[in-house]
Amino acid sequence: MKVAFELNGQPVTVEASPWKRLLDVLREDLRATGTKEGCGEGECGACTVMMDGEAVNSCLVAVGQCDGRTLVTVEGLATGDVLHAVQRELVACGGAQCGICTPGIAVCAAHVIDRGLVAGVDDATARVRVRELLAGNICRCTGYQLIVDAVIAAARSVQP
Amino acid sequence: MTGYVRPRDLDEALATRAAHADWMVLSGGTDLMVNANHKPIPTGILDLWRLGELCFVKVEPASIAIGAGTTWTEVQGHPVIADRLSPLALAAREIGALQIQARGTLGGNVGNSSPVGDSLPALLALGAELELASVRGRRRIPYSDFCTGYRKTALAADELIVAAHIPVPAAGTKLAWRKVGTRRAQSISKVMGAAVITLDGDRVVSARIGLGAVADRPIRAAAVEAAVAGQKLSEAGDAARAAMRSSIKPIDDIRSTATYRREVAENLVARFFAV
Repeated sequence: MKVAFELNGQPVTVEASPWKRLLDVLREDLRATGTKEGCGEGECGACTVMMDGEAVNSCLVAVGQCDGRTLVTVEGLATGDVLHAVQRELVACGGAQCGICTPGIAVCAAHVIDRGLVAGVDDATARVRVRELLAGNICRCTGYQLIVDAVIAAARSVQP
Repeated sequence: MTGYVRPRDLDEALATRAAHADWMVLSGGTDLMVNANHKPIPTGILDLWRLGELCFVKVEPASIAIGAGTTWTEVQGHPVIADRLSPLALAAREIGALQIQARGTLGGNVGNSSPVGDSLPALLALGAELELASVRGRRRIPYSDFCTGYRKTALAADELIVAAHIPVPAAGTKLAWRKVGTRRAQSISKVMGAAVITLDGDRVVSARIGLGAVADRPIRAAAVEAAVAGQKLSEAGDAARAAMRSSIKPIDDIRSTATYRREVAENLVARFFAV
């Protein structure tokens, strides 16, 4: 079927089986390979994208469901050459190592920050909350501390 | 070619369901899409995601109606559900993680009817009633009659789940929910349960307890409910533990052992009555 949606601000149209995973359409049909596949089961969060403003696992979205919807992937987080605050802080804090989980973490954390989900609380509370909100993103390298540091720093730079 | 219909309204959804009994009914896909690239391609997809008539929370004086398409993000974010139906709100918070909660729906959890569906013990304990619809009309069925076996339900081949109607517990009712798994997020439960306990002073008048992951379907802990009725609250925990011991048959599998599940289930029900 023909599926038309907005991807990172641009209208796109693809011809695909409605059952094809959004993840595969992004990577194979649209060559937007920033989004990674981890587990394919909705456990690891590596393939996280935003769909109509919510962070979702793109491995669990049938592309037929995307017709008419608005999608943002890691490629759409930056504004021109200016990185999203969380991308900048993941670099600055050393919150990325092998890079497989990083795009999903960047998208989920950007959602958390842009929604103000850790705004207006002290650092200790924010750290607990970030760990809960990012519990669906698994990282095998960093031990999470530096990721949490980056998300808190990014949140503070946007909403002090 | 895989068929695909995204209905404009519930009538079109029901007509599609009636015409294509073999099609997959898909909403957030958090269960049906797992490893989708390795699964047989469905004949067709009836896509209910964000169908307006299924996405609502309606607060009435005596009950709260939650549309089948309501996501767990929406359930946990609803102030009245958090306040009056706390077991369901707490379950919503521990279903998967943020990404799963944004897509997983009440109707999906109910229709999928997994013995480890996290919201199902809460629906049992709260005494929920399901509203089902087909081209033949609408009907209501107590949720306790809905699960008929391992992943088997009373849903007819042409029916869809429209909503859960949940009576609001009286003020002063003791509400509880607890999930035990390997970690809080993402894990499949070893044991989970919900309790709605009606008290008269320090005495238990009656209790409804729903348990998950201890049988082939979500169950009411009838023996525990009978054992605690009329007991002093301070003694009900021990009575619940004893009744639990003799009334469940948990399984050994890769996630846990029957022995461990039995012991955890005993502790879980006992703590529902903690003063």
